Order: sequence, then C-alpha cells, then structure tokens
Amino acid sequence: MALDNKILDEINELKRKYEDERSCLLPALYLFQREYGWLSPEALERVAEILNIPKATVKGVSTFYAMFSHKPMGRHLIQLCTNVACMIMGGERLLDILKGRYGLEPNLTTPDRRFSLVIMECIGACDTAPAMLVDTDLHGNLTEENIIGILERYE
Amino acid sequence: MNSRESVLLKNADRPGPAGIDEYGEWGGYRSLHKALSMEPGQVLDEVKKSGLRGRGGAGFPTGMKWSFAVADPQTQKYLLCNADEGEPGTFKDRIIIEKNPHLLIEGMVISAYAVGAASGYIYLRGEYPKAKDILLRAIKEAYEKNYLGDSILGKGVVFHLHIHCGAGAYICGEETALIESLEGKRGQPRIKPPFPVNEGFSSKPTVVNNVETLANIPYILEIGGDEYAKIGSPECPGLKLFSVSGHVKRPGVYELPMGVTLREIIYTHCGGIRGDRKLKGVIPGGVSTPVLLPDTIDCPMDFFHLGKVGSMLGSGAVIVFDETVDMVKVCLRITKFFEHESCGKCTPCREGVSWLRAVLERMSNGSGRGGDKDLLTEVSNNIAGKTFCPLGENAAAAVQSFVNNFGDEFKEKIKSG
Repeated sequence: MALDNKILDEINELKRKYEDERSCLLPALYLFQREYGWLSPEALERVAEILNIPKATVKGVSTFYAMFSHKPMGRHLIQLCTNVACMIMGGERLLDILKGRYGLEPNLTTPDRRFSLVIMECIGACDTAPAMLVDTDLHGNLTEENIIGILERYE
Repeated sequence: MNSRESVLLKNADRPGPAGIDEYGEWGGYRSLHKALSMEPGQVLDEVKKSGLRGRGGAGFPTGMKWSFAVADPQTQKYLLCNADEGEPGTFKDRIIIEKNPHLLIEGMVISAYAVGAASGYIYLRGEYPKAKDILLRAIKEAYEKNYLGDSILGKGVVFHLHIHCGAGAYICGEETALIESLEGKRGQPRIKPPFPVNEGFSSKPTVVNNVETLANIPYILEIGGDEYAKIGSPECPGLKLFSVSGHVKRPGVYELPMGVTLREIIYTHCGGIRGDRKLKGVIPGGVSTPVLLPDTIDCPMDFFHLGKVGSMLGSGAVIVFDETVDMVKVCLRITKFFEHESCGKCTPCREGVSWLRAVLERMSNGSGRGGDKDLLTEVSNNIAGKTFCPLGENAAAAVQSFVNNFGDEFKEKIKSG
C-alpha cells in the first residue's frame, strides 16, 4: 500500500536516530496510529515485520501505554483530566455534561464517530483546571457552560 | 528575593516560544561559549559547587550523579532529559519547554560536554503535543547555528539531540523505566544497582536529568557555582519552580528560591484561598508526597525541611485544598491514579494498591466497614519497602497521610455506612 510505503520511509528515517532498531518501536506505533487512527491487529503485525520484533512483544509493549488505541476511535479524541486538581475544580461534573449532550462515556465513541472520550491522569494544565485535550489542542478553565461550545467547533 | 529577575521563566509571560535569535538577544548560549572554553572537569566542578539537586522529585545531587558517569571507564555515554512530567499537579517543565526551549537545549549541550556524552534524547510525555513541535523547531535552529552537531562552535565537540515521545505511562518518569521505554520496551523499572550512570541506555553510562535541572545549568555557568549556592536554603540551594493549583486565587508556575515557605507561596504569591475560605490541607510536591495540615505551612519548601514534617518536596507541585473538600474522595482519586499507573511488575504494588482503592471506594460510598481504617494501614505496610521502585511506596505513604491527618473524616465514612 502507498500509505505503508510512506510509513516505511519514515521508519527508515527513524532508524538513524537510534543505535538499536528496537528503539523505533514506540515511534513506529505512533506513525501507524497517526495514519489509521488506531492500532489494528494488522498494524501491529506490520510493525513487528518491519522492525523484526516478535508479534507478541509488539502487542505487549503497545498495550502497556495508555495513549495507544487498540480499537477504532472517533474523528476527534477528547482527553479529559479528572485527576486531583481537575477533580476539585469540577472536572468530574463535566462527564455528566458530555453524557447528557453526546451520550458519551469514558472509553466509548459516539455512534456518529464524531467523538471518543478518554479519562486522563493529569495533562499538566492544573493552573487552568479543569482541562482537556481535544486531539492536540489544550483547553483549560472548562465549565459546565463553556465545554459544549468548545466541542461544537470540532466537526 | 522576590525582586530577583526570572531565570527559568525569563519572559515566560510572552505569547509563544522564544526563537533562537530572541534567546540570543537575552544572552542565550553565552554560557555554552563559556563552558566550551573550560575543561569538562571544570564545568562539573561548578555544578558540584552550586549544590544543585535534581528537580524531578528525588533531589539527588546533580554534580555527584554526573561524576559517577564520568568515572565509568566506558567511553560512549548518553545524556537523557526526563521530560515525562507526569506527577499530578506538575506543569513546570511544560512552561520551560513551551516558552524557553533553547534554555533546555543549552543546558543539555553544556551538561553533555561535562559528562562526555555525544548523543542525547529528550523523553517527552505524549500528553504534550504542542511542546513536541516547539522542541523540534528549536533543535533544528540549534543545529543551524552550530550549537548542536559534529563540531559545536567549531570546537570539535560532538552532541546530537533527538526527541522521543512517551505514550501515556506515569511510570516512565522513573529513570530506569524511562530507559526501558526508550529501548522500545514496556516501561517497567529495573532493579538497581547497576545504576544508569554505569549501565543505562543500551547498557552504556547514562545520565538522566529532569528538564528543570538542566535548565538551571546555563545560569550556574553564568554566575558560578559559589554564587548559585547562595540562593535560598543553605542545605539545598538554588531556584525552584513551584506549580501551584487548586483553591488559590492565582494558580500558576512560580520561580522562587528554595526554602520559601508554603505560607508565602499560598498567601503572598498566589493571593490566598479563593473566596477567602479556610485552608484545609495542602499537598506540597505532587500526589506522591504526603498531604500536610495548615499548621505545617511555615515549613521551608526544600528537600531537607519537608522531610522533617513528614512529607517531601517531590516536583514542587503544590495542590491546595479549601475547607469544602472531601478528603476521603481526594485520597480515593489519588489511589485510583496509582492503581492505573502501577506497571504490574511487583505484586505488593499491583495487588496492594488495588486493595487500597477497593477499601477507599466503599468508604467513599458510605459503606465502609469497622476496621477499614486499620485495614488501610495494614495493606500500606505490606507495600512499602517491598517493591523495585517508589510508586507503590508513594501510594501507601499518601494514603497513610490522609488517614492520619483527616482520621475523623474517614471514621465518619464508617459510621454512616
């Protein structure tokens, strides 16, 4: 596939960064996730082949890290923090708002595949708690009133 | 002391990151010129004299760590920057990277020169996508200006720098887990010894330093180790970034001398408690550090003094709780965090923290059982000291601090159950 060739080129580029190819594993998983939105069993197999690492090892590593998805995700990923600083500033109440407006619950995707929701363990935005990442955009000082307005910008 | 010009947060209130030209106008990379005119051993001596201790949480003397790596006979060495800022409540390294990326890069080049490392990696947490783009651009600029590469400033000094992104695992902030992750493995801590300074990345001597630690290096070179050692607490001197969150009027990152008191941070710098409510408790260094009661807030914030009141400086992440907060709920949330982040390698941590969470959950629901308070203590005691890394131990100590300091609230949860 053309797409895979592009990833192959990027992985070959990556190999120059490291003495041992095994170090390319996390970056390679990121590349496949970037292209396909998630890491399918086939994607994990491709990574194993390309880097010559046992399939089981690739799966073992991939599933260790919270930011790798092993099921299809929505077009936009909402990463909402509910750790201590966000919790005491009202972060948990935002979950009710998301459920009410989009029927969205943690680790699920809306039926129209617009949003997926993941609960985060501190995204380092505690001074603007409660906060969330939508894809790669950071949004802080969230309230029950403003969160929907922010999310409506993501089609 | 408060009028001191910012060093780590220089011009950080401006929008966007400082580019290499701007950084140069403020005197940036002057310390690198100075360092490269010295012998590596002289640079190391300045850092030793400065009394700088690691800002990631453990507070290990930086100069001593470097000297162990220097003493190792293997010639190929690595410098790793720990930018896996995952300790809940901490957001200081993000500010350095997003506002002053060249301060970190300059600190790394000087450090690499002192320890004899020809290549290095910044292990950046996956949750900071914006920081990654900023760093990539800054590294490119530094290569173009010959501050990185095969002959830095034309002096034959070699240092290559790359970014490696984590993918959402708190444990990778532990240095041996970070190295495992960089090697493409699950981020599970290694047994020590051997320490990374002798056997680290690719089994080579490896220095792992936090972002803030490295960002202090150019300033130490600029004013000299002896001058730097005069800042703040004599026991552990220097500048410290405090990430303040929770119920204060002005949350944010503050650059203050080591040894500033919690009272000054909360009431002077952050304007006091929101709504002028009463202070109920404060976590001084991220959720891994035991919670303190209001009667201890006159304690100086440094690695030395916080230990005397039963807590730790950790990453300097101050989380402030007003009188309305349900402390059992906070304790439960912290324990859920540790349960989620336990890497699963050591049974006492993997199983024990789940047990703690289960007991706290039923207490929080109002269905606690008689003896639950003692059960929390018993389980905690079976985690502490029985694991490879401090994660389980920190979870146990955090729970114990909540139970000890807010015992009545925990008792209440049993009575009402």
